[in-house]
Amino acid sequence: MMSGTPALEVNDLRTEFRIAGTWHAAVRGVSFTLARDETLALVGESGCGKSVTALSIMGLVQPPQGRVAGGQIRLDGRDVAGLPEKQWEKLRGDRIGMVFQEPMTSLNPVMTVGDQVAEALVIHKGLSRSAALERARALFDEVKIPSAAARLGEYPHQFSGGMRQRVMIAMALACEPAVLLADEPTTALDVTIQAQVLGLLADLKSRHGMAVLFITHNLGVVAQIADRVAVMYAGQIVEEGPVAAIFARPAHPYTRALFAAIPRLDQPEQALAAIPGRVPSLDAMPIGCAFAARCEERRAGCEAPQVLAHVGKAHRARCHVATVATAFEAEDTAIHDIR
Amino acid sequence: MIWFVAKRLLAAVPTLVAVLTVVFIIVRIVPGDPALVILGDQATAEATEALRARLGTDRPMLVQYWSFVTNALTGDFGSSLVTGRPIIEEVGAVLPHTIDLTLASMVLGVVVGVPVGIWAALRRNGAVDIAARLLSLLGLSFPVFVSGIYLLLLFGLHWRLFPVIGNADLSDFGDRLHKVVLPAVALGLTMAAYITRVTRSAMLHSLGEDYIRTARAKGVPWRRVVWVHGLRNASLPVVTVVGLYVGILIGNSVLTEIVFNRPGLGKIIVGALNQRDYTMLQGLMVIYCFLIVVVNLVTDLLYGVMDPRVKQA
Repeated sequence: MMSGTPALEVNDLRTEFRIAGTWHAAVRGVSFTLARDETLALVGESGCGKSVTALSIMGLVQPPQGRVAGGQIRLDGRDVAGLPEKQWEKLRGDRIGMVFQEPMTSLNPVMTVGDQVAEALVIHKGLSRSAALERARALFDEVKIPSAAARLGEYPHQFSGGMRQRVMIAMALACEPAVLLADEPTTALDVTIQAQVLGLLADLKSRHGMAVLFITHNLGVVAQIADRVAVMYAGQIVEEGPVAAIFARPAHPYTRALFAAIPRLDQPEQALAAIPGRVPSLDAMPIGCAFAARCEERRAGCEAPQVLAHVGKAHRARCHVATVATAFEAEDTAIHDIR
Repeated sequence: MIWFVAKRLLAAVPTLVAVLTVVFIIVRIVPGDPALVILGDQATAEATEALRARLGTDRPMLVQYWSFVTNALTGDFGSSLVTGRPIIEEVGAVLPHTIDLTLASMVLGVVVGVPVGIWAALRRNGAVDIAARLLSLLGLSFPVFVSGIYLLLLFGLHWRLFPVIGNADLSDFGDRLHKVVLPAVALGLTMAAYITRVTRSAMLHSLGEDYIRTARAKGVPWRRVVWVHGLRNASLPVVTVVGLYVGILIGNSVLTEIVFNRPGLGKIIVGALNQRDYTMLQGLMVIYCFLIVVVNLVTDLLYGVMDPRVKQA
């Protein structure tokens, strides 16, 4: 994991939005690294800052509505945060691609899908339209769209949701980016199609050696595709670690609450578990643990700022209760415990 | 595509027949025997009878209706009672003037309205946007006969840049263009204002859509995002409104022609009203309606070209 420069390194990212004239942070000091051929799942409930993190990495959070107020975003070792828009345009779609949640509305309805995939190739690779369309046909084959050649000239409304998401994936992969951001790419699809698309993404990742940041709120999906997991809550990463460790020993009370909220097939007549309370709003963020108000293990010390500390090898949590209780001493703690 | 065009063309036929029926009924509902109206109180019974026979109003209603509809569909609207010339000829002589005016106003409305609307949308709530909104409100609230008179006073009388009387020589393109400027500005002003507003809101709507975010995530330069991805989607409502508004332009051209003293359908229709030329009026009503049906048909077809989803439906 430590070999070479990570494909993507996010360091202390802070993204703010303007609400009624004041800037409020939606992402508060998020840091993570993503190696080639690795999938990091970013997990959390709606509004916790997952999508905003991804959009910030794409350089798509822009004034006047929002801004990246601090931190570094290193793509292949190069800090791209704060680049001028012209430079961002060269990176987006070329070095870094993104697949969005809504396949039904994310494609331009008045452009053929072939042209939409070819567009990135014409812009970034300087291909002619016909060469780009030929490449788009190959991409359609790769994402397993049947009779690719014939479908290039069709419009998005002639495609089903799953097929549209394949078009989106083909589009994001067109220029062979080093990093792929997938923002809930399967949420809008039904379960069988979801499994196919997940399989496709995993296959493409290993074939191209891409680094994938996979955003989801579905822990079942996480188990299926992720190497590592980062759990976000109220704009911060509250727990991070290898997928096996997090599923076996979730350390942060929020992570445990997320697992407890999964309905189980083997227990009849269960009441659906919910986490009481709600995420604190952007303009009322506490200084201490943001989850404390909803936490069953709340105690003295929760009102103080929390740090990510080790609970296991490469497994960290932002909770003084969890990290003290395990009192785990990892051999590489000293190197990694920067914050 | 051919099938789509054929379907739309076929669908226009019932509309035309309905228009003819309504016009036929309106003309018959108006009280008073046309023959008596034309000849006056002093007419002899024989003369009235003879005129009725010439007009065909002595035949049974259904026969009259049938011959009216079939004649109209073959382009025969009868002859003017005043000049005795076929209505189609009378109209044909002045139609180019009206078409000049309507087309010039439409082009002006689109050429001014679309870029200003886009500009305003891109500078939402900025100075340009506020100025565009205020000016378009002004443009919307100026009736043609007011703006026309101001334009005439300023550019026709004070600076003498454009003629006050617009009787253009149809064989001279420069003359036609020179004489259509002021009326087209007067008539096109409202349209430009309207198109500005529609373009602005359509652009704002389309730029907020998910596919714009997708295009940006692909690294498409902003200029291309706006002009290709944004505008192509925003152009659908704009085309609809242009189509609807051309109908209004054709109607408002009557006022414009009178203010600027231009020949055209408007002048004929007012003349026919004054002279109680009822066949002429009937023919003109039908021709106006036909024009609007044609404009709607063209809009529909354009829609099919621009939005792939329409052809499917």
